[in-house]
Amino acid sequence: MIAIIEYNAGNITSVARALHSIGQDFVITDDTKMLNAASHAIFPGVGAAGEAMAYLKDKKLDRWLKQCFQSGKPILGICLGTQIILDRSEENNTDCIGLVAGSTKRFPNSLKSAGSALKIPHMGWNSVNLKQNHPVFADIDPAAEYYFVHSYYPSPESEAAVLGTTDYGMTFCSVLAMKNLIAMQFHPEKSGRPGLQILKNFCAWRGHDF
Amino acid sequence: MISKRIIPCLDVRDGKLTKGIKFKGNIDIGDPVEAAREYYEQGADEIVFYDITASSDKRDIMIDVVRRVAETIFIPFSVGGGIRNLDDMRKVIGAGAEKISVNSAAVLEPAIITQGARAFGSQCVVLGMDVKKVEVSGQTPSGYEIVIEGGRKHTGIDALWWAQEAQRLGAGEICLNSIDADGMQDGYEINLTSLISENVHIPVIASGGAGKPEHLADVLTKGKADAALIASMVHYRTYTISQIKNYLCDQNIKTRILW
Repeated sequence: MIAIIEYNAGNITSVARALHSIGQDFVITDDTKMLNAASHAIFPGVGAAGEAMAYLKDKKLDRWLKQCFQSGKPILGICLGTQIILDRSEENNTDCIGLVAGSTKRFPNSLKSAGSALKIPHMGWNSVNLKQNHPVFADIDPAAEYYFVHSYYPSPESEAAVLGTTDYGMTFCSVLAMKNLIAMQFHPEKSGRPGLQILKNFCAWRGHDF
Repeated sequence: MISKRIIPCLDVRDGKLTKGIKFKGNIDIGDPVEAAREYYEQGADEIVFYDITASSDKRDIMIDVVRRVAETIFIPFSVGGGIRNLDDMRKVIGAGAEKISVNSAAVLEPAIITQGARAFGSQCVVLGMDVKKVEVSGQTPSGYEIVIEGGRKHTGIDALWWAQEAQRLGAGEICLNSIDADGMQDGYEINLTSLISENVHIPVIASGGAGKPEHLADVLTKGKADAALIASMVHYRTYTISQIKNYLCDQNIKTRILW
């Protein structure tokens, strides 16, 4: 059973609908017993880091996520759920969960492409350059694009944690991978067929082999 | 690099498309959910629904449409029309829309932008602007004025000032509709679009006037728009979304070509 971690994240129902459409059973829960019983954990997220962390700490879900990571259970982070697995975030100067060393930074206002200023948020479809293959990206055309909407981006300390990068006036880490954790800045649940394929692949992934 | 977005716009009244949409084999699709599915499969990057339901007691029909659309397509979509307050926004977002678009309501009560951004995040709040070209004056220094009620009512508000003010209040995106160009299929208002887009830091969707792929190419390059809204040119099957994207690709304009 796949568990979607329930907290004050805006995209939980979208993730649930996407799982439903690929015929995947799931529960949405913040109960640690049910989360422990699940084979996989999805950590979604839309909103601001400060409020999300306050809520997670209150429910002790930050501690649960650390234990979950140690246990080897496959974890999928999405958008804000990716940003707050790092140590800290520049958004509301928030101390975060710290599964991966590094921080979440704001895009500089000075981003440019071909002489024109780029908009913030980075909103729309963009591609991901994978540094290596990963089972969660199996059977997807490398030219596929995904839906992004964010003003902050993950910046892990170790290059080894960067699985994929995206260009937006600068190159930023758009997919993090470390052991049984994979986390992406874009929204697979809103990225058409390639996004649904990522969810399918994640649900079949055992959390290693890459 | 980011792709330019192509966004079909569907007008819905009492849960039905206001004009049937002709698809393969001349099938007339009056169901907005089916039309959304068709455009999703054709490669639309996002979909906009504009609810023109007049009576408030029929508004819940739209919520049901939003719910069914969210179960059917896995790309972002927004809903505009008739959204007056935080409660309306909550219903539409709760039913599965990514974004809500506020237009007249924001002109009459600008705080709705800030309230929406606080509650759901700026990325959820699109400012819809209906704009008419006017004489340059002290009141409208940009030469463009905000109009409401479908263009019938002048507000005296300068369009550029309003775009920047809405950004300050927390809007995450602007959908910029030229009332002069709307429905003419004679091209977008390029000057207006570049004026607004170059003077805000949030994305701008150009709207009004699309009749052929060249119009999209113009507004996405000269007009500096981040996305282009289309209606009749795809609803009447003059073009498919893939044809438009192929043309843009030939013009070296990056769009999403795999879906």
